[in-house]
Amino acid sequence: MDFFTPTVLKAMGTATVETLQMVVISGILTVIIGLILGILLHVTGKGGLHPIRWLNVLLSGIIINITRSIPFAILMVALIPFSALIVGASLGPIAASVSLTIGTIPFFARLVETALRDINHGKVDAALVMGSTKMQTIRKVLIPEAMPGIVAATTTTIVTLIGYSAMAGLVGGGGLGRMAYTYGYTRYNMPIMLATIVIIVILVQLVQIIGDAIARKIDHR
Amino acid sequence: MITVSDLRKVYQQGSKDVVALDGVSLEVPTGKIHGIVGHSGAGKSTLVRCLTLLDQPTSGTVAVNGKELTNVSTSELRNARRRIGMVFQHANLFDSRTTEQNVAYPLELVGTPKEQIATKVAELLELVGLSTFAKAYPSQLSGGQRQRVGIARALTTDPDVLLCDEPTSALDPKTTDEILELVKELRDRLNITVLIITHEMHVVKQACDSVSLLEGGKIVESGSIEQVITNASGNLASTLLPLPGDAPRAEGSGPVLDLLYTGQQATEPVISSVARQFNTDVNVLAGSVEQLGDQQYAHLRLQLNADADLDAIVNHLTSNGIAVTVKGAK
Repeated sequence: MDFFTPTVLKAMGTATVETLQMVVISGILTVIIGLILGILLHVTGKGGLHPIRWLNVLLSGIIINITRSIPFAILMVALIPFSALIVGASLGPIAASVSLTIGTIPFFARLVETALRDINHGKVDAALVMGSTKMQTIRKVLIPEAMPGIVAATTTTIVTLIGYSAMAGLVGGGGLGRMAYTYGYTRYNMPIMLATIVIIVILVQLVQIIGDAIARKIDHR
Repeated sequence: MITVSDLRKVYQQGSKDVVALDGVSLEVPTGKIHGIVGHSGAGKSTLVRCLTLLDQPTSGTVAVNGKELTNVSTSELRNARRRIGMVFQHANLFDSRTTEQNVAYPLELVGTPKEQIATKVAELLELVGLSTFAKAYPSQLSGGQRQRVGIARALTTDPDVLLCDEPTSALDPKTTDEILELVKELRDRLNITVLIITHEMHVVKQACDSVSLLEGGKIVESGSIEQVITNASGNLASTLLPLPGDAPRAEGSGPVLDLLYTGQQATEPVISSVARQFNTDVNVLAGSVEQLGDQQYAHLRLQLNADADLDAIVNHLTSNGIAVTVKGAK
C-alpha cells in the first residue's frame, strides 16, 4: 500500500468532496432550471397546453439545440470567462458547476419534455373538462403523471454530470478527474488511477440504485 | 337538459375547409338517456370536443338547463364545464392518484375543504360500488372498475349532464352491460341527463331512450327508440334490429315484405291473422324479435303467395300500426 500515502489519501478525500460539490450544485440547478425549461418546451409546443410558437422555436431550436450540439469539453472551456463573471473565480468546483449546469440543462430539459410528451393526451383533456386551469393542469396532472419519467431523467442526468465533472476537473474544476489526471496520467501511478475509477463507479452505482428505487416507489403505472 | 343548436365546426386543412359538423341540433330532456351513433369519421369525436368546448365550435350553441356554455369567458367556461360530467373511452384516470384521489380531483380544483371532499368521495364510491378500492391505484383495477371510477369522478361536481364518449368500447360484453346498468341506475337515482356517443348499436339497445344517427357531420335520423325502429325508411331500424345475415333467399315469385313493429303488435299473431283473413300462405324468411327496455320489437321478412292481394294485405298491416316495406319478388 506504498502508493496510498497519507498525503495521497487526503488528496483523494478532497477530490471526492470536490466532485460531490460539483455534482450536487450543478445537479440541483440543472433539475430546477431544466424542469422549468422542459415544461415550457412541452406546453408551448404544437398541440401543447398553451402553444406559443416563437417561444418554442427560441427555446427548442436556438438555445437547446445549439447548446447541445457543442461538445461539452469545448463548451466548458468557452464558458470559463462566463463562470468567472458569475462566481468571481475561474477555478475550483464552484466555478466548474456553472459550465456543468449550462452544459446539462438542455439535455435534462429534453428528457423532461419527452417524459411529458409520453403522457396520454386524454388525461390533459380530462383535467380541462373537469374545469382545471392550465396552471392546475401542469401542477396537478402533467408533473405528477410524468414523475416516474422525470425521476429517471434526473438519474440519467446526474450520472452524466459525474462523467462531465471528471472532464471539468481537467480545466480547473478539481475533483476526481483532476486526481486521475495528475496521478494517473502525468505520473503514471496506476493504483491511484484505478482507485479514482473505483470511487467514480461506486458513485454512479449509488446514484443509479437510489434513482431506480425512487422511480419504482412513485411509479403506479 | 342539454340543448345543442346548429353546431358547426369547420377545420382548416391546408387551404381547404373541412366541415366536421354541419349544423347539429339536438335536445335531450332531463332524466333521459340519448345515444348518438355513427361510423368513425361521422363527426362523433368532433361533436364531443365541441360539446365540452375542448374545441371551440365555428358557430352554434350548447346550453345546459338553458345556460349557454358557448360564448362565455375562459373563467366562466371552467365553471360551465363543471355542469357536464364526462366519461371517456379509456377512463383517462390519473395513474399517480389512487381511486379516491382521482374522484377528489374536481373538488380539489376549487379548494373544497378536506372533510367535505372525503364525505363526497366516499358517497360516490359507494354509489359506483367501489368503496373497497378507495386506496387502489388505477393500474390495480380492471377495465370495468376503472370506468366506474371515471363515472364517479364525472359525478363529483353534481353535473346536470353526463357525457359519455364511447364509454364501453374498450370493455368486454359482460362489463359493458354492467357499466350500462350502472349508468341507467345513476340516471334513475340522480335524475341526470345522459348523452352517450358510441358506435355500438348494442349500447343504444341496452341503455338509450332515444337515439340520433350522425353521418357526415349531420344528424340524419333522430327519435325515440320506438320511433326509429318503426321507421321503415330509416337506417337505424335495420341496424338496431338486423335480420340474420344468412337469411334464406326468397324463392318463387311471391312478394317479399319487411315488417317492423313494436309493443302490442309484437305479441299478437300477425302472421296467422294475415294468413287467415287473406287466405294466403305466409312464409317467414327471417326474423328477429327483441325486448328493448320494457318494449318488445320485431323485424320480420315474409314472403307471400304470388297471387296474394298485396295492397289489401299492406293496408291491413299498416292500419295495425306495422311499418311495411315491399321488397318485391326477388
